Amino acid sequence: MRLELRPRLYVSPARSALSTAASVVVALVLGGLLLWAAGVDPLAAYRAIFDASLLGGAYALSDTTVKTIPLLLCGLGCALAFRARLWNVGAEGQLLLGAWAATGVASFWLPAASLPSPLVLLLMGIAAVVAGALWAGIAGALRAHLEVNEIISTLMLVYVAQKLINYFVFGAWSEGGFPLTPLFPESAHLPRLADWAERFPSLSGLTAHLGIVVGLLACGLVWLLLKRSVWGFELRVLGDSPPAARYIGLSVPRRMLATMLISGGLAGLAGMLEVAGVVHRLQDRFSPGYGFVAIAVAWLGRLNPWGVLLGAFLFAALLVGAKEVQPGGISMMLQGVVMLTVVAGDFLLRYEVRRLEERTGA
Amino acid sequence: MSGEADTPKVRLRGLSKRFGELLAVDAADLELRGREIHALLGENGAGKSTLMSMLAGLYRPDGGTIEVDGRRCSFQSPRDAMAASVGMVHQHFMLVPTLTVWENVLLGAERLPWVVRPGQAALEVQRAADDLGLRVDARALVSDLGVGEQQRVEILRVLMRGARVMILDEPTAVLSPGESEALFVTLRALCEQGCALVLISHKLEEVRRLAHRVTVMRRGRVVGSFDAPRAVTAEDLAAAMVGREVSLELQREVPALGDVRLGLSRLQVRSDRGLAAVNDLSLEVRGGELVGLAGVAGNGQVELMEAVAGLRRAEAGEVLLCGAAATRLSARQRIALGLRYVPEDRTHTGTAPSLSVLENLALRRYRDRGRWLRLAPLEAHCRRQIERLNIATSGPDQAARLLSGGNLQKLVLARELEPERARVILALHPTRGLDARATAQVRQLLLDARGDGAAILLWSEDLDEVLALSDRVAVMHAGRIVRVVRHGEADLATIGRWMTGGDPAPEAGHAT
Repeated sequence: MRLELRPRLYVSPARSALSTAASVVVALVLGGLLLWAAGVDPLAAYRAIFDASLLGGAYALSDTTVKTIPLLLCGLGCALAFRARLWNVGAEGQLLLGAWAATGVASFWLPAASLPSPLVLLLMGIAAVVAGALWAGIAGALRAHLEVNEIISTLMLVYVAQKLINYFVFGAWSEGGFPLTPLFPESAHLPRLADWAERFPSLSGLTAHLGIVVGLLACGLVWLLLKRSVWGFELRVLGDSPPAARYIGLSVPRRMLATMLISGGLAGLAGMLEVAGVVHRLQDRFSPGYGFVAIAVAWLGRLNPWGVLLGAFLFAALLVGAKEVQPGGISMMLQGVVMLTVVAGDFLLRYEVRRLEERTGA
Repeated sequence: MSGEADTPKVRLRGLSKRFGELLAVDAADLELRGREIHALLGENGAGKSTLMSMLAGLYRPDGGTIEVDGRRCSFQSPRDAMAASVGMVHQHFMLVPTLTVWENVLLGAERLPWVVRPGQAALEVQRAADDLGLRVDARALVSDLGVGEQQRVEILRVLMRGARVMILDEPTAVLSPGESEALFVTLRALCEQGCALVLISHKLEEVRRLAHRVTVMRRGRVVGSFDAPRAVTAEDLAAAMVGREVSLELQREVPALGDVRLGLSRLQVRSDRGLAAVNDLSLEVRGGELVGLAGVAGNGQVELMEAVAGLRRAEAGEVLLCGAAATRLSARQRIALGLRYVPEDRTHTGTAPSLSVLENLALRRYRDRGRWLRLAPLEAHCRRQIERLNIATSGPDQAARLLSGGNLQKLVLARELEPERARVILALHPTRGLDARATAQVRQLLLDARGDGAAILLWSEDLDEVLALSDRVAVMHAGRIVRVVRHGEADLATIGRWMTGGDPAPEAGHAT
């Protein structure tokens, strides 16, 4: 039997979605084989993972939702930039800067304890968006005007951001020498489901916070922007062919910069939601690399905002669930396998594999 | 071996290839003999390249058989085809510009040796080139070579891999007339040495001069063949290609001149390399008038067009568009004033290749409704354009990159020459690479736009085209306009002399 590859001329959205779903299934099977080889019962491991993250009732779903939020926002930021073929791989750094600015507003720059909570949260959000945007904007401006490769600059800026945060967490803003800042005042906490536990006892202990609403709104807005706005149409032209973008009168450098600013702003917002909704302070290593996982999330979602939402939820479930099983690297391993199968699935999307009938000569 | 003279070198029987909705090649038969130049003639999208791509192993046929030297073949890849001594020289060269000629030739080799000895390898490549009569310098960097020379490297590469059947896909499309002549000499010599050559072309004259036999394709089918192309007229070949009598005549009415729509005064523009490309140039184009630029390529025509379009900065001088001072306006503002631009590169500048036909047709209209995009109302408009210009497409949702060259150009023109909106039109090489029918159609579209009152500035390397279409011809040399003559006032030879800088006008800028 011989196989033949032929390029597909048209890929329908349905086929694309199906391919992604199939990739995830294949990844779980491959991951199961690896677990089995490591001496773990794969079915038991998967049950433990999904019990902890999805099927184990309200607690599990709430925990997964909490992890979905930063992945969703960073993933949206990445997807937006990737649509314009700007490879912003530094969402992690932009997230850190966003968290930093939000912390500044909540604990240091304003008398937040004496201000109304909605105002404090709004100001924190704005500060975080601006900080994330400017951080990405450095790479954006370098790319737009000096043609500095943004893959390298955004990645390197992650490390700069980490050191910068360390300076504040260990030094300037440290609480008593511990690697964390003082707890935010109440007004800088995002409402959680558990906050209503007095009236609805069933909500007690649920940590899902208002950030998911912000995330869903951002998802809708990015979708609207990409699909329904003139701006998004121009972004697609730019991503497809920069000379064509110039030709329709677009200022390409300006548009590149704007795209990076929005992309970084979304990641920055993720940082604010994480400190205001979960940790309530800035601390060392509060992000387990959300900004990096988000790159995979964006691809898994095929750069479509609603796809990114699904991808973020899946990866969040893996992050939450894998804490429950040993050995500890299972989550990372599964993320890696999912990434590989998605990339491989992409190949099968672009090419059709056909079996050749061996024809004998006449 | 003894029966070889009777067996054709290559025999294609009933080959078919489908791309989605489109049946690109429909049960095509073709025979190639050794020692012949066989022309494959047809319009854009007739299936010539697809048919030959199947022979070269790039596409797998959906049906039919390929025989080489009487043996049935099933090629999985160009490598398989090469092993059966079939090679193809593509329209777009596939050379690595940062490597030398001999390195590129070596890259195509069947088995790359583990250790390459540069001196010896270069020498071998040079010797092979000399034996074949191909003028190339094996040690030169490909990026330093002209187009004609790069093409010879491609030919050398195919031949050094042992090709006895060589397919050339529109080899003269990128060549100057002089380079084309040199290529013809080479091809005749290769044919003498026993190669079978397939020449994919839509240029009737070169086919008549060069080919021993001609096979004509139309809409995926083989519709005719001529054994002695020299004995048939260009009109006969054109009729076979198009399927009916084509009138190559244009309907050209006397211009009804309006106001000055485009005014350039003392314009200075630099090239990418920072040299003065346009020098103190002044020109006016009125509504309803078509002004053609005549000139050897590289005399500032492209820079001039880009400066007018707002895509390149003017160092000095002024641009007047529809009565407005446009020198400092952005490209977008100029578009809003009614400036339209048919660019040289239609595949990546004139269109966004992965976007749909509908989206590409919308590139000048998508902003009509403010900040929000509404393409759906444009669908009817899109379908009308497809019908009006007879664009061969599976529908508005098809990606633009899947259109053939001629259909893509029709799409660009449908968008750029819209009657109510296009007030000043810049057109660069609007018919380059198009077949006779598409060319006639594109030219008529330009004249129609002129009839609708647009001011058109045309730059084409095809001097006949410039002379046939223009109300006035502005001869450009070294970034200046050296002469302006009215339609029919000067013949080809005179203009050719002016283009090369000879016989300068006593008073630059105006005709007799």
